[in-house]
Amino acid sequence: MATAFSATLPLHGSQENRLLLPPTRLAPPPPSSSFLGSTRSLPIRSLNHAHASRRSPVFAVQEVVKDKKKPTNSLLITKEEGLVLYEDMILGRSFEDMCAQMYYRGKMFGFVHLYNGQEAVSTGFIKLLTQSDSVVSTYRDHVHALSKGVSARAVMSELFGKVTGCCRGQGGSMHMFSKEHNVLGGFAFIGEGIPVATGAAFTSKYKREVLKQDCEDVTVAFFGDGTCNNGQFYECLNMAALYKLPIIFVVENNLWAIGMSHLRSTSDPEIWKKGPAFGMPGVHVDGMDVLKVREVAKEAVGRARRGEGPTLVECETYRFRGHSLADPDELRDAAEKAKYAARDPITALKKYLVENKLANEGELKSIEKKIDELVEEAVEFADASPQPGRSQLLENVFADPKGFGIGPDGRYRCEDPKFTEGTAQV
Amino acid sequence: MAARIHGGAGAGAATALSTFNPKKLVAPPSRTNLPARNSKRYIVSAAAGSDGSKKSLLRVRHSQKLIANAAVATKAEESSAPTGTGHELLLFEALQEGLEEEMDRDPHVCVMGEDVGHYGGSYKVTKGLADKFGDLRVLDTPICENAFTGMGIGAAMTGLRPVIEGMNMGFLLLAFNQISNNCGMLHYTSGGQFTIPVVIRGPGGVGRQLGAEHSQRLESYFQSIPGIQMVACSTPYNAKGLMKAAIRSENPVILFEHVLLYNLKEKIPDEEYICNLEEAEMVRPGEHITILTYSRMRYHVMQAAKTLVNKGYDPEVIDIRSLKPFDLHTIGNSVKKTHRVLIVEECMRTGGIGASLTAAINENFHDYLDAPVMCLSSQDVPTPYAGTLEEWTVVQPAQIVTAVEQLCQ
Repeated sequence: MATAFSATLPLHGSQENRLLLPPTRLAPPPPSSSFLGSTRSLPIRSLNHAHASRRSPVFAVQEVVKDKKKPTNSLLITKEEGLVLYEDMILGRSFEDMCAQMYYRGKMFGFVHLYNGQEAVSTGFIKLLTQSDSVVSTYRDHVHALSKGVSARAVMSELFGKVTGCCRGQGGSMHMFSKEHNVLGGFAFIGEGIPVATGAAFTSKYKREVLKQDCEDVTVAFFGDGTCNNGQFYECLNMAALYKLPIIFVVENNLWAIGMSHLRSTSDPEIWKKGPAFGMPGVHVDGMDVLKVREVAKEAVGRARRGEGPTLVECETYRFRGHSLADPDELRDAAEKAKYAARDPITALKKYLVENKLANEGELKSIEKKIDELVEEAVEFADASPQPGRSQLLENVFADPKGFGIGPDGRYRCEDPKFTEGTAQV
Repeated sequence: MAARIHGGAGAGAATALSTFNPKKLVAPPSRTNLPARNSKRYIVSAAAGSDGSKKSLLRVRHSQKLIANAAVATKAEESSAPTGTGHELLLFEALQEGLEEEMDRDPHVCVMGEDVGHYGGSYKVTKGLADKFGDLRVLDTPICENAFTGMGIGAAMTGLRPVIEGMNMGFLLLAFNQISNNCGMLHYTSGGQFTIPVVIRGPGGVGRQLGAEHSQRLESYFQSIPGIQMVACSTPYNAKGLMKAAIRSENPVILFEHVLLYNLKEKIPDEEYICNLEEAEMVRPGEHITILTYSRMRYHVMQAAKTLVNKGYDPEVIDIRSLKPFDLHTIGNSVKKTHRVLIVEECMRTGGIGASLTAAINENFHDYLDAPVMCLSSQDVPTPYAGTLEEWTVVQPAQIVTAVEQLCQ
């Protein structure tokens, strides 16, 4: 299956090395990356080379990349960039590992969904964005918030349900929001955030075309493979392409929606193909390789900033842990997990940095140590923070608290002194 | 001054408002901090409502209240001192006027919905707006309620003030996910960081043989959603006023219009005014019984009121207007005066606005009641197509008269 973009130096060396087990399919796998996930056989038609040769009508991106002639020994990143990427991925990984520890120690409750293994997608995209660009995520949102710039302290406190959390303890694991960093959530129901992201992109376009402001803000919407069978996804692909909105739809295809394999739930599992059906480029990229993701992201974000419209990017990735901390994770093959563990994005980037002499072990170790301390400090901060008081109960229900109405005594309920105590009758 | 119905509203559905007897006009209940009323009209200053501070909002509230009451009082005075200003228009034109004024005032206000642009809106509420403001500000969306409602919410979070139209309120059932989870809750779950100043509006209610799915009353379903406000307009005056107030509000507001009321005609002031979102409207003061109603049922009630007055009864009719939250002050003062309550609504018997209102009145004003609260609602029946059957599912004036006679025994 063709990819519309191609990075020149894959992190993982030759493609063949990634195959630990021969796939039990009738046709030989194409040389460029295909679904190396489940060893269960795919239906023949999805591997048909005829599909690969049937191009999408949108070529802009492909042509641009084809024309680039990179010398074979040029690197994709500078040292500074490499260290930023490394630090961000280490932060994501350490934070999530700490979340697991804290959950089992009873510091946080409810549904907690960890991002281990998918760091390359978050880092690859979000580190290219500015503060005024928006990010919309799902319930697996801790690392998106961290990559966007929300402090580890704020996220950890939110998870502990403390007042100092980014949402004052009112959102929780699945609802990370930050106005300052333009993280527009954090949504519990899948697909729910995609229209919101479309709206944020609409605002960018509106600012440019109606308000005549200089606005190059783009929106990146992250969601999973399961979401790609949901109506909201398709409705938004249509509107985004129709209105040429500055949005990038990023599918984090980790092949599993809790216990439902992507292959069992999707008639055509190649999600990137659904982009051209709506008139936008569809790209498939190796989501375990942060540099490849970054190259694709640069192109997609560039397209959006230039006003050329949306892009659908499918990142083949994997979550090392279960769907949530409550998931026993019994359905996935140990062999599949091992295969992806060998493609750990952090290990791969480390190897790349060291081999290409961009950083040495010592520098990387000091980054790891720094992050460990940061995460520890975040936990201490969260532990020490107070829990929300009763007074917070009614405060943010309405932006204008007159919305609680007029009480029998003629005063607005929000004027009742008990309102700020959180004990008013509303 | 009577509001007359023209055109498509049809006969038998709604009739003229009863004219006021100025001698019977009771001063609306005074509120704390309220300066002395007089019946001059007040003009809303441009700064009102746009300033986020609470203090100025409260000031605005007073002036808004004064305007609302002044207009009511003015109607009474017209029989003795005609004002000569004001212009007559139909309800849908009043909505359009309100919307256009707000779009002129604030470039962040935009409209999105099906056929709102080039078609001018299926009930002509957005007629001419696309020509004036362009295709992006008056956005014709594809048929994807869930997605475009969510898009409006995302736009609101990032600085715009969308007015989202459901071509029929029933279609918003498809947007329930976005309305409940995102519209109502995001302000809270984000810890107050994001506001969602959207207005979701559209026609609902039982029409003229439109069939079950086009005759739904979504206010029943939405009323439990925390974080939203719901208002229902019933006259050109309050339609324009509520539209403007809803757009200016920082809260998400759902504005319920009614399919059969779009062609009501009334004279409204030339000056700018808004109606308070949280207040009820005193339609006809009285002594014997409080009749609470909203939207189209207001006209059935007023028709019944004519019969009741001839029979010697003196009903007090209040259009509650604010479906969520209820204006318990106006309602409570009325209950304390008359001691009998009849609720007339178009929602289904089960779980409608009337059911909630009955509970609220019983809870708050139990001691003042001389009789149980009676609630006349539509039958728990999918609205039939046949005209006769449809008529029987909805509350008719004769039933209202019977209910009042029963309660006033």
